[in-house]
Amino acid sequence: MNWIDTIVQGVLLGGLYALFASGLSLVFGIMRLVNLAHGDLIVLGAYLILLIVSLLGLSPFVAAMVALPLMFALGYGLQKFVLNRVLGEDILPPLLVTFGISIVVQNALLQGASADTQRLPAGDIGVASLNLGIVNIGVLPLLTFGSAVGVILILNHVFYRTALGRAFRATSDDATTASLMGIRPRAVFAQATGIAMMIVTIAALYLGLRASFDPAVGPARLIYAFEAVIIGGLGSLWGTLAGGVIIGLAQTIGAAINPEWQILAGHVAFLLVLLVKPRGLFPRAFD
Amino acid sequence: MALLSTHGLTAHYGQFQALFGVDVTLDAGECVAIIGANGAGKTTLMRSISGVLRNESKSIRYRDLPIGSLAADEVMQRGIAMVPEGRRLFPSLTVEENLLIGAQVRKGQGPWTLEAIYELFPILKERRKNAGTALSGGQQQMVAIGRALMSNPDVLLCDEISLGLAPVVIRDIYNALPRIRAGDAAMIIVEQDIGQALKVADRVYCMMEGRVTLTGTPQALSREAIHNAYFGAAA
Amino acid sequence: MNTPASRTPYRVETRTRTSSIAGFTAIAVVVLLVVLPAFASRSLIQDLFFILTMLTLAQFWNLLAGYGGLVSVGQQAFVGIGAYALFSTVILWGLDPVPAILLGGLAALVLAVPFGFFAFRLQGAYFAIGTWVLAEVARLVVAQWKAVGGGTGTSLPRSATESIIFTSEIATLFGVRASAARDILAYWLALVLAIVAIGGIYWLLRSKRGLALAAVRDNPQAARSVGVDAQRVKWFVFLVAALGTGLTGALIYMQKARISPDAAFSLNDWTAYVIFIVVIGGIGTIEGPIVGVLVFFALQALLAQYGAWYLMVLGVIGIGVMLLAPRGLWGSFSDRTGIQLFPIRRRLVVGALTPKTPSREE
Ligand SMILES: Nc1ncnc2c1ncn2[C@@H]1O[C@H](COP(=O)(O)OP(=O)(O)O)[C@@H](O)[C@H]1O
Ligand SMILES: [Mg+2]
Repeated sequence: MNWIDTIVQGVLLGGLYALFASGLSLVFGIMRLVNLAHGDLIVLGAYLILLIVSLLGLSPFVAAMVALPLMFALGYGLQKFVLNRVLGEDILPPLLVTFGISIVVQNALLQGASADTQRLPAGDIGVASLNLGIVNIGVLPLLTFGSAVGVILILNHVFYRTALGRAFRATSDDATTASLMGIRPRAVFAQATGIAMMIVTIAALYLGLRASFDPAVGPARLIYAFEAVIIGGLGSLWGTLAGGVIIGLAQTIGAAINPEWQILAGHVAFLLVLLVKPRGLFPRAFD
Repeated sequence: MALLSTHGLTAHYGQFQALFGVDVTLDAGECVAIIGANGAGKTTLMRSISGVLRNESKSIRYRDLPIGSLAADEVMQRGIAMVPEGRRLFPSLTVEENLLIGAQVRKGQGPWTLEAIYELFPILKERRKNAGTALSGGQQQMVAIGRALMSNPDVLLCDEISLGLAPVVIRDIYNALPRIRAGDAAMIIVEQDIGQALKVADRVYCMMEGRVTLTGTPQALSREAIHNAYFGAAA
Repeated sequence: MNTPASRTPYRVETRTRTSSIAGFTAIAVVVLLVVLPAFASRSLIQDLFFILTMLTLAQFWNLLAGYGGLVSVGQQAFVGIGAYALFSTVILWGLDPVPAILLGGLAALVLAVPFGFFAFRLQGAYFAIGTWVLAEVARLVVAQWKAVGGGTGTSLPRSATESIIFTSEIATLFGVRASAARDILAYWLALVLAIVAIGGIYWLLRSKRGLALAAVRDNPQAARSVGVDAQRVKWFVFLVAALGTGLTGALIYMQKARISPDAAFSLNDWTAYVIFIVVIGGIGTIEGPIVGVLVFFALQALLAQYGAWYLMVLGVIGIGVMLLAPRGLWGSFSDRTGIQLFPIRRRLVVGALTPKTPSREE
């Protein structure tokens, strides 16, 4: 077994998990909402891309571009018409509603697309790799990781350098006072969920390119995303990337020791971090 | 015709009624002070006008239109800005961002720009990269005032801008008031410091237990009348 | 009207007239359910077993989420652990399945300690997913346990199922075959468990602990200031729910006699359905899960043949209830009529007057 190879694969896998997690992190950061349907929405995104690929004969990358605005609209509408109504002090309603959405999405996909596993056609890029002497790095995993870094750079830019991001942060701090600034918190929330859905689309693209998927794989993606967010510390996107890398590493190392331990190893890593640093590795100073 | 007026305004927190038919008016260019003891309902009145608390549409009129049922963001966009009680700066925004967000949605006609605010409160320019909450209480209050001015509002609501500040700091802030008034906004200031209020206001309302108990110009009000309106007549 | 309270005779009541009528009805229903196996078909007994066990799971989830404010989506861990404790003690130690049910509950209780230790480090919504992760860990670990079949699972040995205590007596009493007698036994145990769960939770909520629980849920800060240790109350609720859920899980799998990690730790079967039962019926009431389980069973009977559609409908109903009537069917009914079968809110009865609306004792 090649340890260096295992570690490199693990780090790159972490990029995928960071992509799963960024949308979750964004939405939680802005409106303290944990979307239990997040994983299923990623799977929905993958099916949407697949549908566009097969209808229009596009490459998955182009199809994802087409899916981006559609997913934004879905997120915007979901927030505006459903989730905004249940936001509040009580955490129970949003949890239960998103849990309901999770069940609905899973079964709608099951009904519409059957339980068969699917895969996005990756073409040449799916098998291409860079030979760096000691390790062979797949182009696709590298691209995934690069996209995760890119998404986080863009999100951080939006968050800290634009008027929209300012509104996001202000609303997240204190929605009532933000409304005294003329900002409509509900519109901000809808935009945030729309953006989160665009990240979900990118995550969905790589989910579908790298492995096969079926309507039931959503909940596990939610769990990995959640673990990455908690490990990283709430509200820190770079922390989320680090969290994703830790889960990815734990999984690949676990799998290298015994293939049956892959998933378990990821969970154990999460629990260890929770044990040692309950607020994550990079907690926000205030909350 | 008044610029802004309330008509039999009531307000409730759950079962508890905090306002019982409050009538106040504000004319263009005027500065009105609202005084009253803790719990009199001053903040509730401000929150009602600014739309944080919703009311019956007709209970608040602005430029002769009912605005009582509008949400806070809609009220603000019509030109009524508020300096909320307790300053309420956004902790994850810098001082400058806190100011900028005041004009992000509405940028009315008027003298107030980032530069003008920095001229009004020079210390803020020095500290513009700091987190808003890293400032002293007085500086935070300056940011909160500046933030509300940034939209060049027609009506400025100030809730207890001297609360918890040292006397010298209060003096600094009140020294800026004439320049703020020169900017043409009509103002309602809520104050517990009666002396300060009487000095700057054109008219005064005194509130007690959710009702207006006294109103008049500072000159026309006797010390005793204010005392009674403030604490209730000695029974 | 403003008579000083000290001079007015008053008492605190939690009982209402409807609740007394309900009490008698409940006793009649219980008697009926006890003697039912004498004339009911085997399939009806099996349906009732399903209803009763789901009801018990729902009551404990409701205790956690509705009363304790602890939204767990990992209760399947306790069903699974309870069930596996039963299977392993029966298979490996040769225990009789009925006493093994108690060990199932005990195992869940023991597991709840490390679970709580981790989960309570997470707040609110993150607590929810945290419990889910823990349940996944439990499932994955159990799937490594080869002695009870690993990932594919196993069945209770014939020797064990055929010699379960009381079954031969039941078989002769009702003149049925051994397999039907086992169902009757399981049904009775489920009935006992459901009654104990409902009675116990009702008693708990009316006790001083119940008051502390309500205080913690409604206002943790205030609760702390009057000396209620929120953390202890939460632990208590968490452990009680784990115990009850573990017992129920063990009983369910004693009746099924076949187990696999995916089934016993199923999020859908043991938590998603349970959440829908509670939400549709009315969270935060004891009546809610009872109403909910009946609605759930009816929906299942009507729609289960449509597979995915059934779950979609269930999801949509759950979302709809949360948006339009967040207090559920029973909660909305109770709000409108003031009827409570298990009154927990204390009414203050002053003098001869009875206030029209039940007021809450603070
Ligand atoms: N959020 C609230 N919930 C319940 N009661 C409140 C709330 N805010 C204020 N009150 C009550 O309303 C009354 C008026 O309060 P407020 O308007 O804040 O008074 P003031 O600003 O004059 O001190 C007080 O009795 C206060 O206790
Ligand atoms: Mg006040």
